[in-house]
Amino acid sequence: MTHPPRPLHDQQDAASPTPPKVVILFVTLLLSLFPLAAAQAPAGAGLSGEAASVAEARGLATEDVLAALKTYVPSGQLDDYVMFSSGGQSGQVLVTGLPSMRLLKVIGVFTPEPWQGWGYSSGSKEILAAGSGDGVQLTWGDTHHPAISETAGDYDGQFLFVNDKANARVAVIDLRDFETKQIVKNPVANNDHGGAYVTPDTEWVIEGAQYSVPLGGDYASIDEYTEKYRGMVTFWKFDREAGRIDPAASFALELPPYWQDIADAGKLSSDGWVFLNSINTENATGGIEMGHAPFELGASQNEFDYLHIVNLEKAAGLVASGRAETINGFQVLPLEVAAAEGVLFFAPEPKSPHGVDVTPDGNFIAVAGKLSPYVTIYSFAKIQEAIAKGTTETDAYGVPVLAFDDVVEAQVEVGLGPLHTQFDDKGYGYTSLFLESAVTRWSLTDPAGGEAPWSLVAKQPVNYNPGHIATAEGDTVSPDGNYLVALNKWSVDRFVNVGPLLPQNLQLIDISQPGETMPGLYDMPIGVAEPHYAQIIKADKLNAWEVYPETGWDSRIQAVDPNAAMPGEERVERDGDSVHVWMTAARSRFNPERIEIKKGDRVTLHVTNIERARDAIHGFAIPDYNINVSLEPGEAETIEFTADREGVFTYYCSEFCSALHLEMAGYLMVSPN
Amino acid sequence: MNQPPRLSHHLVPAGLLALAAALLFTSIFLPYWRLTLLAPQYPRGLSVQTYVNRIEGDVQEIDGLNHYIGMRPLEQAAQLERAVSVYAITALALIVVAAIFVNVRWSWLLTLPTLLLPAVFLLDLYLWLRHFGLHLDPTAPLSSSVKPFVPAVLGRSKIAQFETVAAVDSGFYLALVAAALVLVALLLYRLVYRRRWVTPCAATRRA
Repeated sequence: MTHPPRPLHDQQDAASPTPPKVVILFVTLLLSLFPLAAAQAPAGAGLSGEAASVAEARGLATEDVLAALKTYVPSGQLDDYVMFSSGGQSGQVLVTGLPSMRLLKVIGVFTPEPWQGWGYSSGSKEILAAGSGDGVQLTWGDTHHPAISETAGDYDGQFLFVNDKANARVAVIDLRDFETKQIVKNPVANNDHGGAYVTPDTEWVIEGAQYSVPLGGDYASIDEYTEKYRGMVTFWKFDREAGRIDPAASFALELPPYWQDIADAGKLSSDGWVFLNSINTENATGGIEMGHAPFELGASQNEFDYLHIVNLEKAAGLVASGRAETINGFQVLPLEVAAAEGVLFFAPEPKSPHGVDVTPDGNFIAVAGKLSPYVTIYSFAKIQEAIAKGTTETDAYGVPVLAFDDVVEAQVEVGLGPLHTQFDDKGYGYTSLFLESAVTRWSLTDPAGGEAPWSLVAKQPVNYNPGHIATAEGDTVSPDGNYLVALNKWSVDRFVNVGPLLPQNLQLIDISQPGETMPGLYDMPIGVAEPHYAQIIKADKLNAWEVYPETGWDSRIQAVDPNAAMPGEERVERDGDSVHVWMTAARSRFNPERIEIKKGDRVTLHVTNIERARDAIHGFAIPDYNINVSLEPGEAETIEFTADREGVFTYYCSEFCSALHLEMAGYLMVSPN
Repeated sequence: MNQPPRLSHHLVPAGLLALAAALLFTSIFLPYWRLTLLAPQYPRGLSVQTYVNRIEGDVQEIDGLNHYIGMRPLEQAAQLERAVSVYAITALALIVVAAIFVNVRWSWLLTLPTLLLPAVFLLDLYLWLRHFGLHLDPTAPLSSSVKPFVPAVLGRSKIAQFETVAAVDSGFYLALVAAALVLVALLLYRLVYRRRWVTPCAATRRA
């Protein structure tokens, strides 16, 4: 079995509707072999001179050369787009430039990150601790879904939110310095998957729980699953002025224990509403070891699960008028209130679906079937009509269930394993097909290529098993089109073998032309963890600082630290066994260069990088005390430790800063008591 | 031959002197000299603008770099000049205005400092650059690679990895124009009063 060398670049016809699956497989194989010969022939065609000979020597076909031309960004030129992708099990966020697919940064979020000193300075330790559970210092996270803050439904480039599926946490990253400022731990959820998503003006950050647990977090037997276990979606109130989530103004909505999945906020016509999928309306409780159906079977029995339709505005109003209960110190709107007051509605959705994505105009909600080959299109107008008309049907928890036919606008048969949908500026939706390893393009009501509405337009193979896809600003009210990135779970043979743990493959696809053409451009290996979702923003919408605005800047509060070490005021002060050191760093010296203390002293270091030049970064490291912080120009950091080991320790600049970088060091002398 | 000069004849040179005084005063608020340093790691370059009373721009960064070669901080240069310059130049401007009204034979001498100001500025700058460049701290880290030197007052030169570009700036040009206007005014007086260096008030009175 050999893979075609460049299947990404091979164009396949859009699949015609539903021949038997075996035939599809067979035809796909044949089709992918056929263009092999045709594509290979004109190596370097259209080029002349040295370019042609290089293309020929490297065995590059014309489409390879084109792909290279479309993605190469020469030194000194900047990328057009910036992609924020989750860092999966690394607990971080990855920042990548498009179209070059160059990794620009890894932002420390839920996991200590030494380069940035994330988790070593007092400020970052505090943020990490705030997100840790009772008595457990969490040192990792499973970041899934980044969300760029929005104004009027469009990315504004000010903040980034990301969830930690493992521990039901949401982090706030300030895009002025690309640093994490806050981590909130959900007091009423055990894990999350339906976040982070923001409402069009970033008033709320949505975090939907995934696996149901007993309400309140106490023990309850699995036999009491339907009575005691509950799903949950949390709406975190974001205070843009403060740049922080306000837990006191936030609330959760109690849901049936259906294993809610991905969520999305309505926009424009559907502003004020939120949509979530669910995957286990069977209320399966597993137990394969006891002879029960495993979850994967038990939760896949129903032909339809429930699309959750939430009137967020109304829910917030009810909470404001005191209808919420307090659980673990957090406001929770009870399920029966939500069901009775018109906050929560269900609509059937096939079948254990995955992504729910609102179209740019806010008029439609696209639900990707996962176990069904369809993307089901719900009309928000029809949902409103059905709600107005009223329904007598409810689920077991009294939640009104709208009729499928009343609310569905269309179904697009895209293929096997549809997971996630994004949009472009040309009237197309794009849905990933996990099982078929492909990305499909399908038409909304008025596609640029003139195709019939709600029809499959193109299918582009990817390598392999895509989860999320991201198009440029593709979940906003005004997508850009141009590029699509498929976040592929498997890379198999795409990269040099680096052992049994393979990199992920983020594949860049050119979607600038309407119709059937969507050529692949670039494979980017991610060798740090598994990114899930990504968002792509126009680079010029980001307005990050080049250096901190003033010397002595505390990046945690984004203001000058009144206690920062300033040039000319360097000193060591002792008060009992508490020692404060005010230290400055500049090329190529720390001041002071000697610190003499006694064993047992409690040491607080206030270190300021007093440089003003861009990229004049210093690090401050004390070996044996597990300390390393990054000091960007202007930044003041605080480091606290107890000098519990006597001896002589060198501290040094851990970021190569200058020709005399090695001389930028000092002695910490801890004398016996 | 004995016709008294018409008023319009001396209005022009008097106006030129007044304008020169105004330009001179304005120059206080503008940079006189600019130095740009170019090196690979500073794609936008580093630059300092020298005003008659202060130095602005990437002073901290340039001082930081200069400490490797043992050059003193820029702030230590021309401290006296910078302290008195605003008063001195304001006084010069007032003296030029006064010259319109002072009615002695040698009153043209009142404009002499203004005529000389640009040259004096450049000379002072040169002496300071020379002093700083030739008196590097011999214990500085890069003292063996960068030997004492005299930075160029104008034009390009090369110091370590930096290419430096020095040029006079808008304030200097104003001072230069002021000097030129004074010169033209004096020549006009000379024509009007037949080679006799007198100022208009004196001439009017005599007439």
